[in-house]
Amino acid sequence: MNKSLVPAITASDLTKIYGERAALSHGNFEVPAGSICGFVGPNGSGKTTTIRMLLGLITPSGGSGTVLGESITHPEKYLPHVGAMIEGPAFYPALSGRENLKVLAELGGFPLSRVDELLKKVDLADRGGSKFKTYSLGMKQRLGIAAALLPNPQLLILDEPTNGLDPSGIQEVRGIIRDLADSGTTVFVSSHILSELEMICEYLVMLREGKVIFSGRTNELLSAQKPMIVAKPEYEVDITKLADKVSNSGYQVMVVEGALHISAPKEVSAEINRMAFESGITLSSISVVLPTLEETFFEMTGDNK
Amino acid sequence: MIRVVIAELRKLRRPTLLLGTIATVGGLSALFTSIVFLMINSKDGNSKRGEHVGPAELSHAMGLVYGFRLVGVFLGVVALCIFASQTAQEYSLGTLRNLLVRQPSRMKILAGKFIAMKLFALVMVLFAGALSIGISFALSGRAKVDTTAWTSSAAMHLLFESTLNIFISTLCFGTFGMILGLLLRSPISAIAVGVLWNLILENILAALINSTGKWLPGINFSNLGEGGNVDLSYKHSMAVSLAYLVASGALAALLFKRRDVAN
Repeated sequence: MNKSLVPAITASDLTKIYGERAALSHGNFEVPAGSICGFVGPNGSGKTTTIRMLLGLITPSGGSGTVLGESITHPEKYLPHVGAMIEGPAFYPALSGRENLKVLAELGGFPLSRVDELLKKVDLADRGGSKFKTYSLGMKQRLGIAAALLPNPQLLILDEPTNGLDPSGIQEVRGIIRDLADSGTTVFVSSHILSELEMICEYLVMLREGKVIFSGRTNELLSAQKPMIVAKPEYEVDITKLADKVSNSGYQVMVVEGALHISAPKEVSAEINRMAFESGITLSSISVVLPTLEETFFEMTGDNK
Repeated sequence: MIRVVIAELRKLRRPTLLLGTIATVGGLSALFTSIVFLMINSKDGNSKRGEHVGPAELSHAMGLVYGFRLVGVFLGVVALCIFASQTAQEYSLGTLRNLLVRQPSRMKILAGKFIAMKLFALVMVLFAGALSIGISFALSGRAKVDTTAWTSSAAMHLLFESTLNIFISTLCFGTFGMILGLLLRSPISAIAVGVLWNLILENILAALINSTGKWLPGINFSNLGEGGNVDLSYKHSMAVSLAYLVASGALAALLFKRRDVAN
């Protein structure tokens, strides 16, 4: 079978039960090869458990899965081609960043010359000789990403890679992920920063309380959501008057930062404009927007408090 | 597996651990050997349990390794602490998951770690032995001990035999520490339980119930280092030590292979 046509990850009824609690229950999803796939869900929804099962660190209670076409019951067949950072960076505090990477390079049989290349790539070349325990959280995170890149992976699994990074660090990680995807690497990335995922992920797997509630293309998910009309009166004092008028016509409205968010199809925007005009209100702008991934996520998980 | 050994050796050779261990075993070796020669005329004794060893006894071939054999059991305790902490810290630091992603065969990880720590223990024993012998020669003149027999072939044979026995004893203690590290998954707990058991509880048990002594692991590990004695033969200690280590090692290895790495 042509490996490039095989999904990078598949899960079929994948289940992990601890005691009486299902950390993941009958999870079904696919991550297409060569894509950037976001893995989202609230804390405790089963993301890390799923990642651990994919990496052979924990044994599933039921179901099956494949990584790079190989069953997850034989991680030795695919792990040489997988890079991973799970639940934050874990290294030996008394060893330098460089030595820590060398330990993993030796273990995996990768050339030691990769170590300095990667330290440069994650902007740690100057601090490679410093002990890991002296690193800031951002530096630790970057070292974790470097370790994940050691095998020049076909699949990169990153669990919260931007934790502790400053905005420029986040941008760098985004750049690294995009470069890898451009070179054909599949990236499976979990993050709490949904706006980040929305920017880079073509695919999404969404979890809630151990269940997969969505798996597919990001744009399919977003376009399936109800659009919103955002109308902004020229004078802020007019906003309540306009809100009353629109809600009396049967539409749900919400005032957000001086603008009126109206849950209605885009065709209604002309009607809103007319209503405003007839009430003597001038609109400075009116537009139709799709909900963001964050709004969609909260809508789907019911966590929109 | 050779890759695991090389990776483990990189961790073990870090200056804080290597120099710290060398300083500790060097200090112990120097202390015990010096006591034998510097307190040779002391009424309080110059050997274990207040025994006295005079210049005449030390001038035999055995005098060459007398100090080294005294330090043997303490090398075992040092090895126990190192093996336990190096194994358990993979859990407490969360680094085990990195190791298993890069080398999914858990048995290879375990075997590689064990071989690397064996090599580390060998360096430790050889260093302690070399230092002890150096100090013995240096202090022999002051203690009026004739060293002619120390260079005989009998002394060389004794040196080889003692080094091997101390190495085996050190390995037994170290393996015991590694097993505790795997079972308890916390360096502090593993070291505390190991040291407490071997240095305190076993001695209390042996003192309270005389017959238990020959069946306790730590006493048998120590006896191997001393080459056996009249009360406890070398063969008996070897059999008891192997039985303990094989049974508990198999259990620990099975747990390591099967247990989820969920931290």
